[in-house]
Amino acid sequence: MTAPRPREKRDPLARKKARHLSPAARSRAMHAMSARAAQGRFVLQICDSCGEATYPPRDVCPSCWGELAWQDCDNGGIVLCETVIRTSTDLYFRDHMPWRMGKVALEVGPVALVHLHHDLSVGQRAEVRLLLDRGGNAAMFAIPPNGDLDMSDPQLREFLVPIEGRTILVSDARSAIGLAMVKALCEAGAGLVVAGLAPPARTADTEQPAFIAPGVQTVPLDITDQKSLSEALSKIAGPLDIVINTARHPRDGGVSLDGNIVEQRHAFDVAAMGLMRLAQGVAPMLAGRPHGAFVDILSIDALVGSSQRAGFAAAESARLSLLQAFRHEMREAGVRVLSIFTGPVEDEHHQSVPPPKVAPARIAAAAIDALQQGREQSCAGEVANDAMTRWLADPALYTRERNL
Amino acid sequence: MRRTAAPYDGVAVCAPLTVPYTRFSSETAHWWAGQALRALAQTAGLKPADIDGFCFSSFSCGPDTAVGMVQHLGLSPRWLDHIPTGGASGVMALRRAARAVQCGDAELVVCMAADTNQIDSFRHSLSAFSRFSQDAVYPYGFGGPNATFALITDAYMRIYGVERADFGKLCVAQRANAGSNPLALQRKPLTLEAYMVARPIADPVHLFDCVMPCAGAEAFIVTTPEIAGERGLAAAQVLATTERHNAFPDDPVQLRGGWAMEIDRFWQAAGIDPGDVDTLQVYDDYPVIVAMQIEDLGFCPKGEVAGFIRRTRFEIDGDLPLNTNGGQLSAGQAGAAGGFQNVTEGLRQILRQPLGDQVPDADIALVSGFGLVNYDRGVCTGAVALKALR
Repeated sequence: MTAPRPREKRDPLARKKARHLSPAARSRAMHAMSARAAQGRFVLQICDSCGEATYPPRDVCPSCWGELAWQDCDNGGIVLCETVIRTSTDLYFRDHMPWRMGKVALEVGPVALVHLHHDLSVGQRAEVRLLLDRGGNAAMFAIPPNGDLDMSDPQLREFLVPIEGRTILVSDARSAIGLAMVKALCEAGAGLVVAGLAPPARTADTEQPAFIAPGVQTVPLDITDQKSLSEALSKIAGPLDIVINTARHPRDGGVSLDGNIVEQRHAFDVAAMGLMRLAQGVAPMLAGRPHGAFVDILSIDALVGSSQRAGFAAAESARLSLLQAFRHEMREAGVRVLSIFTGPVEDEHHQSVPPPKVAPARIAAAAIDALQQGREQSCAGEVANDAMTRWLADPALYTRERNL
Repeated sequence: MRRTAAPYDGVAVCAPLTVPYTRFSSETAHWWAGQALRALAQTAGLKPADIDGFCFSSFSCGPDTAVGMVQHLGLSPRWLDHIPTGGASGVMALRRAARAVQCGDAELVVCMAADTNQIDSFRHSLSAFSRFSQDAVYPYGFGGPNATFALITDAYMRIYGVERADFGKLCVAQRANAGSNPLALQRKPLTLEAYMVARPIADPVHLFDCVMPCAGAEAFIVTTPEIAGERGLAAAQVLATTERHNAFPDDPVQLRGGWAMEIDRFWQAAGIDPGDVDTLQVYDDYPVIVAMQIEDLGFCPKGEVAGFIRRTRFEIDGDLPLNTNGGQLSAGQAGAAGGFQNVTEGLRQILRQPLGDQVPDADIALVSGFGLVNYDRGVCTGAVALKALR
């Protein structure tokens, strides 16, 4: 007998709580900072000529008028002063009053206004994280040095996506990645994991320990089938907080050579149209949630294609493109959309691919880490990391070398 | 700086004017500017053609600037300036107009600030103040200037040992001064006890540390002593001025302002010292900025303002009559006009035309401005010493 899952206590007749976004307007330079913060990096602009760090983001160095470039920086600092804001004209912050903020002198030079962790006070050393706020933009959050992101601080929780107690849908739970995801979510304390299993049902499903574990509910789900999706979503009891899209259809083959059109078309149906169908179904469910999130697991081949798996890479590229647009749509609703890039996986689809390959459990851990650390974009495993680094450094070169 | 500034010969500052403030107004900044001109026309006998210079400051006149204003108001000046520096705009307008008149580019300059305060003006003007604010201030709780100055106040108190009661003494004195000013929006006496127990806004800033946004207009005329005489206008001369923007950018927290950069030169040019000042009119968006100006203008050494406040009376009949109309903290902050009321009130006191009680034997006023929070501090500072021409 397992303890019943704690349910939200809400008066069903009460008017639903409106969700507001933190102030969203930013300069172009600030968007460049947010794009890097989305990768979990702490960056500042450094002058090419004099080497001085600057903040807030500028378009020219205030010391010598040299060109500025974004660089990863040390994020240590000292808290200089603090305040607790108790009134605001902004709807989002009015929902979250009182709000504690302060000022930190960063060791690399500039001073920054920061959200202040409840354990920090003036004079103390702090570590400053760049986290995405509810409006999807980077913000400085000062936490105790070398401290974990502590979910007990309600302000900090606004920047992260907790797993504990949440209802989470895994779109394809039977795959190696999906299975690892279900296990990892249960271990991370998820309230209910809804495991999607593409029909036809298999006897093996009923014997899979992860699917009969407490806190796991299986539903028939094929995201290439609208009817299946609608039925699956209707079977989820209570509000849905997080969706993790693990569905994919990796197949080898080039464009003019070895390309099986039927397989490649199915790859598109799963990766691109499947994502769109799933997104359309879950968007209204996630939009009302305090910490709604959609996590998509996609191939790093989405960046520039691949001569070995051209059709699959193209489908994953289409998926990435749709995901980018979906992220923008969901930003308006305060729902975070996360991309977890992966290289070849240690699974049945990559039997003939030599290592290094990434273990499914590692992908699952990366997804959970990204949610709980507030990252929008992550790479699971060395292959994806290496590819992302090369692509960011020189997209033209990387495109060429991946398609040689 | 190699050259010393030339004295302001042949310059007269006169006709201080306040259009009575209202808490909210459904009118526009243009309307308030029109009220100011109409009142100036009555006191100084002006026709539009007499005004050959116009200097304007406003936060709520958009999409117009001074350009749109001259056409709107029917002026044809040969000298025009638009000053977007808020709390420093009165001092800066005076400084610019004085040189224009001295050098003959204009001979009668109307300096004016006008702002309306519609029901949601404050919220709107907050949300589009500056790029740095948008990127690096609003996302952190959206506390507006209250939060920015709460951080400065917090640091000031920690570093210089100033206590809330010290700031309270300034606010209580200014409220007492407002008592005789019929135009002040807040005249009900304030006790130190009430100040101390007021509700917190952004710790350590509490309710009575904050100004009340309102609608209003302020104006004055800069001209030659001859023209002022012909029009029967009592006038003051400019002893010295100072102005500085983005001073001490490397200070991690703003504990001093641009005045401190050249205050000795200022007093030397004025030919007086702080002890000669009969009334001090400083920008008072928050009392910590009043304290900062008292130090940086040379009334006491840096870091010793707490002791200075404790041993000084700031009422109209006190040792250093401060913000004698009540300041923005009691009279109200009418947008950019909040950066003009220090000039008009200083002028009124030394020209012996007070709105309320007269500072006894006032001849010299020190007026100081502080304006525009761009990121974490006010960027613009300025001061002017005025002496009545008798």
